[in-house]
Amino acid sequence: MSENTELHPISIYLKIWLLLFVLSTLSYMVDYWDFQGYLRWSLILLFMFMKAGFIIAIFMHMTWERLALAYAILAPPLVLLVLISLMAIEADYIFAARKLFFGA
Amino acid sequence: MAEQALSNENTLTEGFAGIAEDWSADKQAFHVPWGKAMMWIFLLSDTFIFSCFLTGYMHVRMNTTVAWPFPSEVFALTVFGAHIPLILIAIMTFILISSSGTMAMAVNFGYRKNRKVTAALMAATALFGLSFVGMQAFEWTKLIEEGVRPWGNPFGAAQFGSAFFMITGFHGLHVSIGVIYLSVVAFKVYRGDFDRADNYEAVEIAGLYWHFVDLVWVFIFAFFYLW
Repeated sequence: MSENTELHPISIYLKIWLLLFVLSTLSYMVDYWDFQGYLRWSLILLFMFMKAGFIIAIFMHMTWERLALAYAILAPPLVLLVLISLMAIEADYIFAARKLFFGA
Repeated sequence: MAEQALSNENTLTEGFAGIAEDWSADKQAFHVPWGKAMMWIFLLSDTFIFSCFLTGYMHVRMNTTVAWPFPSEVFALTVFGAHIPLILIAIMTFILISSSGTMAMAVNFGYRKNRKVTAALMAATALFGLSFVGMQAFEWTKLIEEGVRPWGNPFGAAQFGSAFFMITGFHGLHVSIGVIYLSVVAFKVYRGDFDRADNYEAVEIAGLYWHFVDLVWVFIFAFFYLW
């Protein structure tokens, strides 16, 4: 709540800002240095989740909210994992079917 | 017991006013201002919209038998004779992060009741957002000139165009609306509305929206541009 927000020194935002700059530079470097394969994907995901985590936790103040709010907002998106898995399985199937029937 | 229920019923408001009264009854789950809780719930719903777009993009990219255009090259720019991959997108990323930084500080200065600094930082945030939209317009123009369309493009899989225009377009719309929203709130801060009300919550709520726009870009940057 607002009482908590007042107490933070400005420096914490500057530090997170700098950290996000560093993480963005690192993820850009993954592309610039042309890393490939699992190394590329795991690094992209690592930097992405770190950036997202800092934005939500510090910039959006989720760290200082009560758990009732944090869980109500952060837990529901987990069901997206079901959608993503189903769509990935389905895409694999369509890809196989296209290979089989249209060649390529 | 029954008697009490009956007497309660008699004091309840009927009709549309009753709907508002029932939902706003003394049952608070989230101990934050209602506007902030509502913004969080809106952002949760927006998360699902963007997730559907990104999942759809994953789906078409996985099932196409045609090679996917190489984003690193498609979004490369030649600056002063040097060919730099993905440079415009990197600059856009840094601009959006900077706007998030100024917004986070605006919220902080708002709670310190520092009217002028809050308004200035929010104006800076809106200007960063505006330059982001400008660069996106440049990027769209460049790609359209190169022949990228929602139904096809010269670089590879046809689905690239539809995913690109849909995802970045919807994000750009969010940034544009955010710029307008921030400008309005910044103006109200500058005018002193929140000093008179002694309440700077509106700045924090606008900040949540803006940070979310930055958050979505983190995922678009990773999945669409870097993958």
